[in-house]
Amino acid sequence: MANKQKKNPIVLFIHKTGSPEYFYKLSGRFLPWLIAITTILTAWGLYQALYVVPPDYQQSESYRILFIHVPSAWMSMFIYAAMAVMAFIALVWRIKVAEICAMASAPIGAAFTFITLCTGALWGKPMWGAYWVWDARMTSELVLLFIYLGIIALYRSIDDRRAAARVASIMALVGLVNLPIIHYSVEWWTTLHQGQTIRLTGPSSIDASMLPPLIIMAVATKTYFIAAMLANARNMLIEQDRNKSWVRRLIGDAP
Amino acid sequence: MTCALIEAIQIEHERNGLPIYQAVSFRIEAGQALLIEGGNGVGKTTLLRQLAGILPTRSGRVLFDGSELDEQLANARSQLLYLGHRLGITDDLSCQENARLWQKLWGRQANQDIVRSLQSVGLMGYEQSRAADLSAGQRKRLALSRLLLCPARLWLLDEPYSNLDADGLALVNRMLASYLERGGAAILTSHGTFDPGLRGVQRLVMRAA
Amino acid sequence: MRAGSAQVLMAMIWRDLRLAMRRRGQLAHPLLFLTLITVLFPLALGPDPKQLGAIAVGIIWVGALVAVTMTLSDLYRSDRDDGWLEQLMVSGHPMVLVAIGRSFSHWLTTGLPLLLLTPLFASFLNMPEQLLSTLLLSLLLGTPTLSLIGNIVAALTVGIGRSGFLVGLLVLPLYVPVLLFAAGAVNAQAGGLSPDAHLLMLAAIATLAATLTPWATAAALRTSLSSN
Repeated sequence: MANKQKKNPIVLFIHKTGSPEYFYKLSGRFLPWLIAITTILTAWGLYQALYVVPPDYQQSESYRILFIHVPSAWMSMFIYAAMAVMAFIALVWRIKVAEICAMASAPIGAAFTFITLCTGALWGKPMWGAYWVWDARMTSELVLLFIYLGIIALYRSIDDRRAAARVASIMALVGLVNLPIIHYSVEWWTTLHQGQTIRLTGPSSIDASMLPPLIIMAVATKTYFIAAMLANARNMLIEQDRNKSWVRRLIGDAP
Repeated sequence: MTCALIEAIQIEHERNGLPIYQAVSFRIEAGQALLIEGGNGVGKTTLLRQLAGILPTRSGRVLFDGSELDEQLANARSQLLYLGHRLGITDDLSCQENARLWQKLWGRQANQDIVRSLQSVGLMGYEQSRAADLSAGQRKRLALSRLLLCPARLWLLDEPYSNLDADGLALVNRMLASYLERGGAAILTSHGTFDPGLRGVQRLVMRAA
Repeated sequence: MRAGSAQVLMAMIWRDLRLAMRRRGQLAHPLLFLTLITVLFPLALGPDPKQLGAIAVGIIWVGALVAVTMTLSDLYRSDRDDGWLEQLMVSGHPMVLVAIGRSFSHWLTTGLPLLLLTPLFASFLNMPEQLLSTLLLSLLLGTPTLSLIGNIVAALTVGIGRSGFLVGLLVLPLYVPVLLFAAGAVNAQAGGLSPDAHLLMLAAIATLAATLTPWATAAALRTSLSSN
């Protein structure tokens, strides 16, 4: 196998973690810890957000939904970026684990996007008198949800799981190039039509006391993402490899 | 030992984790042909698609002219002709237009013109007919004419005998014999329920994995 | 031994256009669709010319997006079914040529006819006449992008039967910037502003799309064909 020797260390590392069996065992060791950390951080963050932080002098109690809304909005974009990176690795090095991780991320990203839209609407009702206003961020978020749903639907429409993951990965990268353009065009559109953009959050509205729960929730949502993505990916992996020897060994079906 | 034109070493293929075939090996030199036989669903078409580089080789190696197929796909492909289960005929073009298009893309075999090639596959008088109006056997013959029209070192033929009458079987055998004599190489599949009467070829029998 | 890139590209465009001429009926589908849309809106909203004129641009552009989208699920379908795409893939010629050729011929047979019939649609909807030139310019700069992006999605879904709805779900979000800048250009002019900034953005997006999308389409075609 002379041609396989001239691989650089990064590629070798990716190939090692890319072995399904190694990935399954490693992620199995991390998973309980990630779930524990997520549970503790979420409980702590929500306690801070709902009881410790004083009510806003202008928006009273309703602003507290921001502690869900803002971390979710961050995650909706963070997960897209993470998915695109894994999609890129999957396409360039043809690594099955990366394909699966990218596809395992999409539903979680879509869920966070959906939560962002719902919490935004709930917050918008008392603040602006309507569940939906054509705010630039909310509009971009809505388009992002459609892109997530498109990727998920595309992945599910193709029978061959590996080809499906690769096709959906290309779509994820196409979306990645488009998202900044979409965001920019929507921003321009709202400034032209409304003169002044309605913002859910701006730098000025963040009080120092609001920061700790926000940061805790931001970390909690990230560990949640990693835990949920790994759990999802592990299921997808053993299902796809159910006839492989390593899975058979795992379930005690073969020596 | 001379370098084989195309060589497969322990290749396998799987779909959704289920193996389609495993540990397939063979080597073909110029002037040789390989007949792959096996029943429905044993992966003959898949194997041929893998050799054409349409499907990636994830396990085992395919060598073309002594080096990895996947690393010189464009080069290898420019030297082979592939006749798939889907024939690559454009229905709304005439036979002649189809042939002209193939020659534009695959190059022109020296001293072979379109009318003569269509004649030798038995499509004389159909030059201006829409491909959609041909019968299944005639469509197969039209697709076979691509082998005469365009130059190549290797033919990959998926079920070249299907849909053909006795005269058609003889035509394929004649074309293969003269191609091999000129130094070409061919890999073809057959579901093996009849003897195509092809002589002097290697055989590979595939069974369900 | 085999033909050069330019020759291959010409051969493929020749084939697309010849097929378009032989399947003339299909050529008319998006046009008929958009005509129907421009007839249905006045029926739903009432014939008040002022009200119609105010939303004419939106109707025409949204109609054009949907009309183009409806052509996409068949863009590579017959070529896949008859084995032509497979032949191109094993021909050794770069798939990016296929993507460029098909994007161009798709625009010639979809975007351009829509553009040419737009004066008719605009008059159905009582659009103010001084906006027509800007609308046509926005279509000229916008519809090539629709074809280019549409080719990626068509290539991604080529292996999927009954992909109509999926194609819409995938492609329409990607069309959002084109819609915003194109309709924005005409609306800016209607509001007494210069449409130039919007039109320049459309041109920039078209340039970007022309450079990037053929590679994505080629990768999508290769991947779609390699499923078994």
